[in-house]
Amino acid sequence: MKRLAIIPRVSWWKNITLLWMCVILQAMAAEITASEPEYSDEVSYGAYLTRIGNCMGCHTAKGGVPFTGGRRLSTSFGVFITPNLTPDKETGIGRWTQQDFWQALHQGKSRDGRLLYPAFPYTEYTKVTRQDTDAIFAYLQSLAPVPQSNPPHDIFFPYNSQSLLAVWRALYFKEGIYEPDQSKNQTWNRGAYLVQGLGHCNACHTTRNILGASQDEALMGGQIMGMNWYAPSLSSHLEAGSGDWEIDEIVALLTTGVTKRAMASGPMATVVRQSLQYLSQEDALAMATYLKSLTENETGKLPGVQFSVMSGSLRKHLDLGGQLYQEYCQACHGADGKGAPGIYPALAGNRGVIMDSPLNTIRSVLNGGYPPTTADNPRPYGMPPFQQILRNEEVALVVSYIRNAWGNRASLVRALDVDRSKGGND
Amino acid sequence: MRFILLLFFCITGVANVNGSTPAEVPDTMAERVKACTICHSAEDKVGRDAYYPRIAGKPQGYLFNQMRNFRDGRRYYPPMAILLENMSDEYLLEIAQYFSSLQLPYPDPERIQMQPEEIKLAEHLIYSGYPERDIPACSACHGDVLMGVEPAIPGLIGLPRAYITAQLGGWRNGGIMRGGKPDCMSAIAKQLTEDEVNAVAKWLANQSASGKPSSFDVLSSELIDRCSRTILENGGAE
Ligand code: HEC
Ligand code: HEC
Ligand code: HEC
Ligand code: HEC
Ligand code: HEC
Repeated sequence: MKRLAIIPRVSWWKNITLLWMCVILQAMAAEITASEPEYSDEVSYGAYLTRIGNCMGCHTAKGGVPFTGGRRLSTSFGVFITPNLTPDKETGIGRWTQQDFWQALHQGKSRDGRLLYPAFPYTEYTKVTRQDTDAIFAYLQSLAPVPQSNPPHDIFFPYNSQSLLAVWRALYFKEGIYEPDQSKNQTWNRGAYLVQGLGHCNACHTTRNILGASQDEALMGGQIMGMNWYAPSLSSHLEAGSGDWEIDEIVALLTTGVTKRAMASGPMATVVRQSLQYLSQEDALAMATYLKSLTENETGKLPGVQFSVMSGSLRKHLDLGGQLYQEYCQACHGADGKGAPGIYPALAGNRGVIMDSPLNTIRSVLNGGYPPTTADNPRPYGMPPFQQILRNEEVALVVSYIRNAWGNRASLVRALDVDRSKGGND
Repeated sequence: MRFILLLFFCITGVANVNGSTPAEVPDTMAERVKACTICHSAEDKVGRDAYYPRIAGKPQGYLFNQMRNFRDGRRYYPPMAILLENMSDEYLLEIAQYFSSLQLPYPDPERIQMQPEEIKLAEHLIYSGYPERDIPACSACHGDVLMGVEPAIPGLIGLPRAYITAQLGGWRNGGIMRGGKPDCMSAIAKQLTEDEVNAVAKWLANQSASGKPSSFDVLSSELIDRCSRTILENGGAE
């Protein structure tokens, strides 16, 4: 038996394991310090705003270098590929001036005047003040330049035309910074400014029409383009409105993704991880105040469908789902559907579960998931995926059951709905 | 005695308040990774969509690297990417530590018929390699007893043949398997012929596991250099 020469330089190599751990710890430390909002100057204030605008989330490919772009955003109009925002002169925004940058965020025009696609949410960023936009620019310019050219967009005909984009903008794009509502206090206005502007909540929480335009500014809720998730309405009592929530609870949902009544999942969990967990206390309070006000005065019927009397066959149908629930779900969510606060979400009375659209609930059961790791919830508990265990019919049964157990009332779900909810993860 | 009674009362009292809710969720890693153990149970398992490899007892750095590979799109299996998507490196490391520390019995070896030439071919590759084709002995990196080397090289025993063939195949045809940039293992796999892959996979699957992962100092500096991206430099992350 011949072996390759082994040179055991024990003392040095033994330290390698340690060294390896150090590399990881250093990487983690870097991440932690980068996240501390501390605005001693324009650059660090800009860093904070850049978090709240979540520019990095879109302008970084999976596993790629932050802000170098290359992330693929699939939509029904084609695939957009985000550009490099580091100050590299050839491939990034190294040659840009403050004015060029303002023109992009405020007017949706590139440096050379090209009209930008609203997959870049300038339709919301237009509300951001000049001062804040300049601070973001100052921060981006302070990054190390990284040369990286990204492939061009791959957009279907006819959406690839600048003249169509011009028409779209005339119809749907309203340029202008946020106008404070004088009848409201400063906290409310700050919240509205963040939610409508930099936070670009509207980019998801709104119904998109055929041309990809948000139909209104009322945070109406809608299926996210190319994502196969439903972002519930923040201005409807029947969906994700928080009029009857305590401010503290809304703050917890935004900054940790976890409360006793709801947990952020899918794209919303990602928004919490990448962006909202870094909100300063005042800004989190401001957002929560504004969100609460959207549905504060709404009184109405409870969400869901009302069955006056449950027929025998309906009850039998739900019983089948109940058996599956007992076997696969009860250990975590409890026989009474109350879960365990902060660990396993309650399904009884969960507005996401009884919402008209069953899409998110079906997706939770198919994919499982973990709430985001955040400073306040660094070691979350998880939900297993059931896609590889339950058949479509079974998923439909168990989802129908949880939508109608413990006083919940909502429409039944069919195997076809389950099938349609698959895919669209990229 | 009174204390015990009181304690009993408290416990039942709490249980009553909570009704049939799971009264107390254990504050353990085992509870936190239930989403994983539905697939990665004590034994290897053939699922409806894929083969679920055992992860218990594998070196921690290796597990950590693989979890980041799945999360960051360098290794492709969407059901896991979804679960890992919003986890910090810190938490991934803790999960890796947990699975690495589990001491579970290994499955019985497979009993695959092999021709004497096949056995010779496999053993030559595993213990001697072909320096002239730039293939070091597998044992030089995966340890004398092929149980892996801490912290980032996995063992080769206790894996079924189908899994070994699939992983080597993934590297050979250079899919998105474990990274955009090639690393030492993908370079070696690309050197192997189909016959060699088959022979090695059968031979490895036929061995019974014994011993532990070796410590890092068994590796030569040359081999460390060769794999530095994977085993030293932060797991080949960008
Ligand atoms: C939802 C995803 C998304 C988010 C969030 C996002 N962007 Fe973008 N951004 C894009 C896309 C897509 C483009 C390309 C648009 C085009 O080419 O028409 C783009 C283009 C740009 C451009 C124009 C670059 C050029 O070469 O013309 C700038 C500048 C920019 N983004 C800055 C930002 C900043 C600053 C933020 C955070 C405040 C941000 N982006 C957040 C998706 C996003
Ligand atoms: C990338 C798309 C996206 C963006 C951007 C986004 N959301 Fe969401 N949001 C979702 C989806 C999808 C859901 C449904 C999943 C869930 O319930 O967690 C959701 C759910 C919510 C819920 C209800 C959570 C629950 O479980 O009851 C609230 C509240 C919310 N979002 C607030 C916001 C606010 C405030 C912003 C802006 C700062 C925002 N979202 C930005 C996609 C998005
Ligand atoms: C091991 C514990 C566990 C098991 C078993 C489990 N879940 Fe969950 N479930 C969770 C956790 C944790 C979450 C939060 C996940 C997240 O934030 O992405 C969750 C989330 C959900 C949600 C989304 C709730 C919300 O507020 O967004 C639904 C719906 C759900 N589970 C239904 C089920 C059903 C149906 C089953 C059985 C088929 C089941 N769960 C089995 C732990 C579990
Ligand atoms: C739906 C089933 C499923 C679930 C749930 C799942 N995995 Fe996996 N896991 C797999 C499969 C399949 C592979 C092998 C994929 C491949 O061939 O590349 C794998 C591979 C791995 C590997 C690499 C193993 C090796 O030897 O290279 C690690 C580490 C891992 N999983 C950790 C986890 C963790 C941690 C969780 C929970 C957060 C988890 N998995 C949840 C199916 C699953
Ligand atoms: C130069 C060092 C080196 C040599 C020589 C080497 N390997 Fe590897 N091998 C590795 C490393 C490092 C990994 C982990 C790769 C990763 O992190 O993705 C690995 C991983 C593997 C895996 C994946 C195991 C799993 O659990 O998924 C298999 C299979 C494998 N090697 C087989 C072999 C065979 C067969 C040989 C001999 C022909 C060999 N290796 C020689 C370094 C080496």
